[in-house]
Amino acid sequence: MAEEIRAESYVGFDSITQQIEHKLLKRGFQFNVIVVGQTGLGKSTLINTIFASHLIDSKGRFASDEPVRQTTEIQAVSHVIVENGVKLRLNIVDTPGYGDQVNNENCWDPIIKYIKDQHSAYLRKELTAMRDRYIQDTRIHCCLYFINPTGHALRPIDVIVMKKLSEVVNVVPVIAKSDSLTPEERERFKAKIREELQYDNIRLYPFDTDEDDEEEVQLNAAIRNIIPFAVVGSENNVIIDGKSVRGRRNRWGVVNVEDPNHCEFMNLRNFLTRTHLQDLIETTAQIHYEAFRSKQLLALKEGVNQRPAQAQQ
Amino acid sequence: MKTISWSLLLPRPKLDMGPATVAKQTQPRPTSFLPPVPVNSKMTDSYASSRNGDLSPNGFANGSSPSLAPTAHTTGISPVIRKKLMGYVGFANLPNQVHRKSVRKGFQFTAMVVGESGLGKSTLINTLFNTTLYPPKEPLPPAAERPKTVAIESIGADIEENGVRLHLTVVDTPGFGDFVNNDDSWKPIVENIESRFDSYLEQENRVNRMKVVDNRVHACLYFIQPTGHSLKQIDIEFMRRLHTKVNLIPVIAKADTLTDEEIAEFKERILSDIAHHNIHIFQAPTYDNEDEETIAEAEEIASKIPFAVVGSDKIVTTPDGRQVRGRAYPWGVVEVDNEDHCDFVKLRQMLVRTYMEELREYTNDVLYENWRTEKLLSMGVAQDSTVFKEINPAARMQEERVLHEAKLAKMEAEMKMVFQQKVQEKEAKLKQSEEELYARHKEMKEALEKQRAELEDKKRKIESGRPLTPEKASTGRKKGFLRT
Repeated sequence: MAEEIRAESYVGFDSITQQIEHKLLKRGFQFNVIVVGQTGLGKSTLINTIFASHLIDSKGRFASDEPVRQTTEIQAVSHVIVENGVKLRLNIVDTPGYGDQVNNENCWDPIIKYIKDQHSAYLRKELTAMRDRYIQDTRIHCCLYFINPTGHALRPIDVIVMKKLSEVVNVVPVIAKSDSLTPEERERFKAKIREELQYDNIRLYPFDTDEDDEEEVQLNAAIRNIIPFAVVGSENNVIIDGKSVRGRRNRWGVVNVEDPNHCEFMNLRNFLTRTHLQDLIETTAQIHYEAFRSKQLLALKEGVNQRPAQAQQ
Repeated sequence: MKTISWSLLLPRPKLDMGPATVAKQTQPRPTSFLPPVPVNSKMTDSYASSRNGDLSPNGFANGSSPSLAPTAHTTGISPVIRKKLMGYVGFANLPNQVHRKSVRKGFQFTAMVVGESGLGKSTLINTLFNTTLYPPKEPLPPAAERPKTVAIESIGADIEENGVRLHLTVVDTPGFGDFVNNDDSWKPIVENIESRFDSYLEQENRVNRMKVVDNRVHACLYFIQPTGHSLKQIDIEFMRRLHTKVNLIPVIAKADTLTDEEIAEFKERILSDIAHHNIHIFQAPTYDNEDEETIAEAEEIASKIPFAVVGSDKIVTTPDGRQVRGRAYPWGVVEVDNEDHCDFVKLRQMLVRTYMEELREYTNDVLYENWRTEKLLSMGVAQDSTVFKEINPAARMQEERVLHEAKLAKMEAEMKMVFQQKVQEKEAKLKQSEEELYARHKEMKEALEKQRAELEDKKRKIESGRPLTPEKASTGRKKGFLRT
């Protein structure tokens, strides 16, 4: 409980923020996202919409003689986006084949394994005697989980997978293709989902910590009220009132992706990129990675203890 | 007299002279066929009279005159004799009688809806029949027990329209496709359909068949998720197992989430998937002698399969003030009854207005019959083919004789073969003994030759004067004695 002292004249150490910024700008940032959901829910389109560029292709089955994927595959794509001198290295991991088979038992195993592998790789790099100054971070910072817009409730597979995922990564649930729900249906569906998630004790990002100040706590509460985000994605532009915006045109109307009355895409985009990007990265490092690390090291110690015990016997 | 014989001689079709109804034929035409005979005018008069029909000399005293259709020798099929009525008989009233009877009886129709939960099945049924058949579903609280298998629930309703009563049954399949492991989720559904066939078969085989209740499934609406890609694995598996047992009508659910181009592409992909796996979906049948309008309608309906539908049992207000059934979004209002917005109208046409009877007929005539054949064959009931042949004793005897002769010929051939075999064996044996004899003969000959050679040798020796044995010497002396 050190007292805060005010210096008598300007020292100048408040420029440390600019020094850090300068360093960080040179290094660039790394952000890894994984998208999980059934085929045809618009995962690839949404990613392309959030980052306003064509980053990944849809991996759906378009021809009848294409075979159906038998297991969940993990496909990672890397891109570098630059905005105002800030370099963002973006790694997007797609999971085609998830939930597509008739029997979906353990279709989530490859995903959990991949996430844990990234943690494990980082841990190994950390533990080596000669390690790099700056370890390349491939740990997944955010998982966008896509929910089918049925309007009723979560499916059993959604509950199981979200529970497992929330233990290793920050999960952000998203209602896909929400232009099939009217506003009342949407609210009812969201309330039902929140109820179910609470019942199953699934910890969803954002987490409240003691360090947050009033504003941040409020922001987190607001976010938690909107989760899951009901989004519509589109890479194509349509003309509304003379302006060209991203949207979908039907015979009875035009959905404007960027209109907060139509869908919550803007909220999701702001949440991911404008307000909580750094927080996501930090939480991954501080909470999920630390949990993994401690488990691993304890297991190693157990192993070491076991061996002398056995040797004694 | 002459006129009668004349008309009998000339074959009718060549006359090119139709019945009284063919007014186009003019008088002078028939004369070209007539030979230039002085009695020409008389012939034409007779023909004129015969054309009037009342006193046709051919003996047709009643009002009708036959006409062999000229198509007989143009198409080559047996001629359709169309008789023309001269008065009102009244059997045109038959359809009305059937109509009255069936209206009194009422109609039965059973539809099944299959699809993952949340695709709008109940809403669509309510929209189709414009009645709240399915109450709004209350979602289960998270603590509730969730069922572990696919359930089969059926709701029945009697609805009436313009005096026509329809007993509608809708079979719902909650739980299909909702579990983590959906293997065999189609089994309860297949079993249900087969059990309905079973019960109908049993009713048919009863002694008293007065009351036959038909609760076979006439149509199955399969709801496809609007992914925009292709059919999912579970869709293909389900359809493959059910297309031989029920009329499958695939439907794209919640189609208001897709744009026009997406719908068109999606439909194409679905149809190519269906063709690729040889799945047989319900096709509206066309008949040959239907009018243009019906054919065009049928084609239009067929071109929209699978139907992209939107269901709604609520009334909303459109931006231009109309009250319609639809869904209101912040960006617009989807009208269910508007053909531009979705294919609901076409689906309703197919299911209710136009092809309900076709669906029932197809179920009865084709699907049920196939299943029945399978079932009876598997039960061991052999197909009695003589049922179809006409019993003709002479023919049968001829057949039997032919069979008998064939048998005899076979036996003969067999015996010949045996005989040949034996002959060959004997020959071989004889040949062998011949060789043996020959060999022995040779041997003996050689032995004899040897002996002879020996004897000659001895003889020469004696003649050369050498006394071999006393006997030989004496014989030799004797010889010498005689010589001197």
